[in-house]
Amino acid sequence: MNAAVESRVAKVIAARKSSGSGALIGYLPIGYPDLATSIEAAVALAENGVDVLELGLPYSDPVIDGVVIQKATQEALAGGFRLSHGFEAVAAIRARVDTPVLLMTYWNPVLQFGVDRFADELVAAGGSGLITPDLIPDEAHDWLVTSDRTDLDRVFLAAPSSTDARLSQAVELSRGFVYAVSTMGITGARSDVDSAARSLVARLRTAGATSTCVGLGISTPEQVHEVLGYADGAIVGSLLVKALADGGVDAVARAAAHLATGK
Amino acid sequence: MNSPTHLRDELGPYFGEYGGRFVPEPLIAALDELDAAYQAARVDPVFQEELAELHRTYTGRPSIITEVPRFGEHAGGARIILKREDLNHTGSHKINNVLGQALVARRLGKTRLIAETGAGQHGVATATAAALFGMECVVYMGEVDTVRQALNVARMRLLGATVIPVTTGSRTLKDAINEALRDWVASVDNTHYVLGTVAGPHPFPVMVRDFHKIIGEEARAQVLELTGALPDAVTACVGGGSNAMGIFHAFLDDPSVKLYGYEAAGEGHLTERHAATITRGRPGVLHGARSYMLQDEDGQTIESHSISAGLDYPGIGPEHAWLADMGRASYLPITDDEAMQALRLLSRTEGIIPAIESAHALAGTIKLGKELGPDATILVNLSGRGDKDMETAGKYFDILDAEALASENLAPVDSSDIGTGASE
Ligand SMILES: Cc1ncc(COP(=O)(O)O)c(C=O)c1O
Repeated sequence: MNAAVESRVAKVIAARKSSGSGALIGYLPIGYPDLATSIEAAVALAENGVDVLELGLPYSDPVIDGVVIQKATQEALAGGFRLSHGFEAVAAIRARVDTPVLLMTYWNPVLQFGVDRFADELVAAGGSGLITPDLIPDEAHDWLVTSDRTDLDRVFLAAPSSTDARLSQAVELSRGFVYAVSTMGITGARSDVDSAARSLVARLRTAGATSTCVGLGISTPEQVHEVLGYADGAIVGSLLVKALADGGVDAVARAAAHLATGK
Repeated sequence: MNSPTHLRDELGPYFGEYGGRFVPEPLIAALDELDAAYQAARVDPVFQEELAELHRTYTGRPSIITEVPRFGEHAGGARIILKREDLNHTGSHKINNVLGQALVARRLGKTRLIAETGAGQHGVATATAAALFGMECVVYMGEVDTVRQALNVARMRLLGATVIPVTTGSRTLKDAINEALRDWVASVDNTHYVLGTVAGPHPFPVMVRDFHKIIGEEARAQVLELTGALPDAVTACVGGGSNAMGIFHAFLDDPSVKLYGYEAAGEGHLTERHAATITRGRPGVLHGARSYMLQDEDGQTIESHSISAGLDYPGIGPEHAWLADMGRASYLPITDDEAMQALRLLSRTEGIIPAIESAHALAGTIKLGKELGPDATILVNLSGRGDKDMETAGKYFDILDAEALASENLAPVDSSDIGTGASE
């Protein structure tokens, strides 16, 4: 694990782990159903047991997202989402809660905004770093340099299909945590979280990982509990997006509090 | 151009600053496995003979070349030679790539093929290969395209494939690729994704190009035999760029041969409704590779528009981006109307009904012929036949109902119909 700088995200996760359970990480897209509501919803997560916020930047071609997140992010784009709203939202959320915020973004928006400029704006807004689902370490040279300059976290994905060498690379180059993809598939709630997740986390530990969070498919407190039995954090997305779609901010707050009972 | 003699040797994963693998980590193992299998296959004489035999006995290769003097009269009197990929089994160049990939998939022990399709030609070719090899087949197709290429949907279903209409995003080719990638992430164990053009993550751009380079290799020898010289120019339409790379590749290191790719300009490349990726786009990352693409300031992909489903794509393969930047190939826009007029012209002057995609190459060739004059020889990749487009063409020219048929002017078209300022 890249420990050249002290990652706040890693510290928060480690603190939750040593207090007996582990961290709950909640995903919501910025700009859905509109910018103001998405900010309220993120704050509601932080106030109801979510330890790290993962906020998605809506993108036109979200290849690793299932229908729930696709639908929400498409609606955000149709509603006029701009990248500048991402930084606005991070700043507004950080002004109200101390929970660290990571942006989850496909690579092209960052590339077009300018990797350096993007990082500087994120730092200015109080963000902690990026989760980059379609940027593998092999293609990440510019981002490695920029994230080192700005001390931003960089979360790379690890998959059940990854070779040991690739897991080592992900562990070495990630900062904050390594995102263990629980199953070979896309985002969306699943009735049982793959056993592949457990062995992937074990392999990551062997490769030296000290902070590993599991995502994709987690949607119940029982699953959160199960995952925290072997990993440092559990990431929940589609369930929260669905709660927001169906019942607004109140429903998101309730869903987060319910999930947090699994910690 | 520093080393014009080595352009043909480029094997990826990068073409200059373009290409690469911008995909989620879960797909990397599958891409590595595919790359290894393909690298082994390309130097394996058994594999090459298997593919050659299929091309001889199934595809119908070599495809012929046809000289089209009556059409040439409308193209400045230039000598125009068509490479007849429209005569291949299933009706387009797409089968070249699909048979190659299906053989690789079989070597990998995969039992299920998935594909995206725009015009439906790649989907039909994939469904055909799946039927031939006894594999399961699922084709993703934008909902908009399932309507305008309904005939090809029926063909795929008849061949035993499942066609899944894609209702997200612009509901065209780009979204079909997204859906196919989502399927593949969850199914890599038993599934091969037969990507249909020279785009996507490595090794697709180089592998698809290699399976299509037979087009240019055959045509280069055929033109030499017919005319005793290399052509002055080679032209092709460009969607993702597979038929163009296929015919360009053999000529890359012949500096005297100019290469032209014609992009779909829809209602005009200066309007907002076009698919002119190199003309109007800029470099970015889409569908796993860095290349030119149509995008807004924030890097969101802009939806493309073209009357031709096969060219209605906001991206282009990385090798083309590289060739465009170094000036080895030129990429020019052709509007819907220019393409449709060229489609009708070739039909009436030569008795060959081209696909609307290929008609973009013909329209560009008309302009180029007028520029180069009667001494020039131009080789055109006629990438597909127009059967699938009869409903679109019928509506466009209003020739579907009996009344329109009766009033249709049966005189041969004159070149002013082409809208390119004919002067002969
Ligand atoms: C006949 C024909 N030509 C051209 C194309 C465009 O694809 P590419 O640019 O990859 O050759 C298609 C795609 O569907 C096609 O069907």
